[in-house]
Amino acid sequence: MASIKFDNVVKSYGDVQIIKGLDLEIRDKEFMVLVGPSGCGKSTTLRMIAGLEEITDGSLYIGDRVVNNVHPKDRDVAMVFQSYALYPHMSVYENIAFGLRLRKLPKDEIDRLVSEAADTLGLTPLLDRKPKALSGGQRQRVALGRAIVRKPSVFLFDEPLSNLDAELRVHMRAEIANLQKRLAITSVYVTHDQVEAMTMGDRIAVLHDGNLRQVGTPLDLYDNPQNVFVAQFIGTPNMNILKMTVSDDGTELKHPDITYKTPDEWKAAINERKGKMVYVGFRPEHIRGEGEHDWKNIAEIKAKAQIVETLGHEVVVHSKLANDDKSIVAKMDVHKTPKVGDDLVLYVNADKLHIFDGETSNRL
Amino acid sequence: MKIQIHSPSHYITDLRYPWSRHLSQWPPELFVEVARGIHRNVVRFISNKGRVYALKELMTPIARNEYNLLREMEEMGLPVVEPVGLVTNRDEGVSQARSNFDLVGDSMDMANRALLVTHYLEGALPYRIIIQQGITMEQLGQMLDALVELLARLHLSGIYWGDCSLSNALFRRDAGLMAAYLVDAETSEIYPTLSDGQRGYDLELAELNLAGDLMDLEAAEQLPKGADPVELANSVVDRYNKLWQELTHDEIFEPEDQFKIEQRVRRLNDLGFDVEEMEITTVDDGQRVRMVPRVVEHWHHRRRLNSLTGLQVQENQARRLLNDLSRYKAFLAEHEGRDVPEPVAAYRWLSEVFNPSLQNIPTDLKGSLDDAEVFHEILEHRWYLSQAAGRDVGQAVATEDYINTVLKRRKAGNFKVGDDPFVKTTKR
Repeated sequence: MASIKFDNVVKSYGDVQIIKGLDLEIRDKEFMVLVGPSGCGKSTTLRMIAGLEEITDGSLYIGDRVVNNVHPKDRDVAMVFQSYALYPHMSVYENIAFGLRLRKLPKDEIDRLVSEAADTLGLTPLLDRKPKALSGGQRQRVALGRAIVRKPSVFLFDEPLSNLDAELRVHMRAEIANLQKRLAITSVYVTHDQVEAMTMGDRIAVLHDGNLRQVGTPLDLYDNPQNVFVAQFIGTPNMNILKMTVSDDGTELKHPDITYKTPDEWKAAINERKGKMVYVGFRPEHIRGEGEHDWKNIAEIKAKAQIVETLGHEVVVHSKLANDDKSIVAKMDVHKTPKVGDDLVLYVNADKLHIFDGETSNRL
Repeated sequence: MKIQIHSPSHYITDLRYPWSRHLSQWPPELFVEVARGIHRNVVRFISNKGRVYALKELMTPIARNEYNLLREMEEMGLPVVEPVGLVTNRDEGVSQARSNFDLVGDSMDMANRALLVTHYLEGALPYRIIIQQGITMEQLGQMLDALVELLARLHLSGIYWGDCSLSNALFRRDAGLMAAYLVDAETSEIYPTLSDGQRGYDLELAELNLAGDLMDLEAAEQLPKGADPVELANSVVDRYNKLWQELTHDEIFEPEDQFKIEQRVRRLNDLGFDVEEMEITTVDDGQRVRMVPRVVEHWHHRRRLNSLTGLQVQENQARRLLNDLSRYKAFLAEHEGRDVPEPVAAYRWLSEVFNPSLQNIPTDLKGSLDDAEVFHEILEHRWYLSQAAGRDVGQAVATEDYINTVLKRRKAGNFKVGDDPFVKTTKR
């Protein structure tokens, strides 16, 4: 078992810094998801742990050991691939065991390890079967068995589900998350899919442009995003963000289409920004129509419905503000679905606002 | 639906195929049976206008990535399967396929699914077929050597394979040996250069995959007698490390032994690799010289020589001339005690070595040989003379001797093109 620590780690290609001084601790037995848009540095970070990318500066620890210059095979980490081709003439047992045989482990040791892995994956009754006699899900489990039988200190997953169909992807998401809990092995999982990140990780590290923008539990990131990037990256649909101006006396946040009384919890921070611009964010589920809420502190917005997406259990409405080019997105009651072109009066729950500095984009 | 075709010589845009459907739903009569390996994705083969194509079902980003990678590798001259096209947006703007085929099974969600189309490599076979036909241990060893050579070629070009295995390659018999071709680049990545960690891990994966491939053959009782899958898989690591060492190790020698550069280049050429650049530095307070070759694929030498010197020659001639240019650049750097930029070295090599050597050749003795071929022969002659003398004899001496021995005797009808009388006399 092992923790992982990045201590001011930098990765450069020539003059270009891909990772810009990363400080991140991944706890022993933790399932950490690295998420971010394409090019953010998440795969590079994973590969530095694996030893596939050299570290330009800083220190990387696995356990108490600095591993900057340790060969990949001496790091006791296992990369888990999206899928493996199973060998058709070999039984499930042999498909799981062949890596151990290559390492020349004694037969009884191989038996014990395969038996443990099969037990964990519910494959014990299938050990004598050939791959052609397995279902799709069973095959995937055999592939996982091949990875876990080694019992590494750390599992590394690089977008392992990206080539699976939606249905199998959802199934394998749960399978991997449950397996990680049962095995209690430190795991690092890279994905660009924030839904995958939210549903799988104990904690999530959000990377953007080579910088760690925030690390926390899925709910932390959702409820307390530390900057505009995280606020907009986490959550579907995205958080609405409006540029607003703090009134000269600091009591109000103003926008041509909406005015808030400064919420009490923000007063101290807002008072330091009188007359300045701030970003104000609110999630789509914190917007309702007339008579659809019982919120105490609300702000009113007038808008015109542009796109109406009926999803069955809810309806997502994209509306154009009267005096701003921006659209706002609201999740609304499916029984009160507006029509495209309707003039709407929307109510925002003012107790659920997120306010970010206009210059740094960081949370106030 | 969108079909991108890489090569105008392949028209696979026949809309009677049900492109918008998952390959597993296509009716079996559309497919042809060919020798094939193990695939983790759905792969089928079709015959169109006399050619056979492999179709592979993938999610669009992965298919696009593999398509682009294969194209890049092909342009680099690497031995890879030929990428032909990419079919995407299969759920958009399509009506029922214009055919009467009965599709198999229920319709599937095709959003974000793509088909990668590659040209089936004729004359190349999966390892299983070759082994099933019966091979000796020696031939099995050649097959592993071919795979190792392919991996080393990829690594020299900055390509991380990520899934090297017998299954992901095809093999072609090549003048008594084997040549391997990459057919699956799903996990590959291209970098300016690979780190030792990347190479090491790629090799570790290759060893593991080969063990699986060979153990599976063992389970099917198809492995040659006496072959141990574990030993064979382990041997791949040694085979690779030896080849990589030969390709990249530095060598230290006395400054006057310039011909050792030529010897090293020849050894590398014999292995099928080319030298783009020799890095020469002095060691032991300038008493000795360290040589580090930069080994590359031979795809670009013609173009490269042309861009440096304006010379238009054949690929092998270009390789030879560039090797000599590298040697001369190293000599200039050592002689002048500073690095000489490549364009400067190229200009000086042209004016101080190439042109003077040729200017001394009487026109009537050249016969039908072009300048590059004559220069190549002078280099050959210089190498033999230096070998015999145990030191570098230099270009001027070699040119003069070449005129007097090779060209004059050849004109007199005593020797054919390609023979070197010096070698014959020393052998006698």
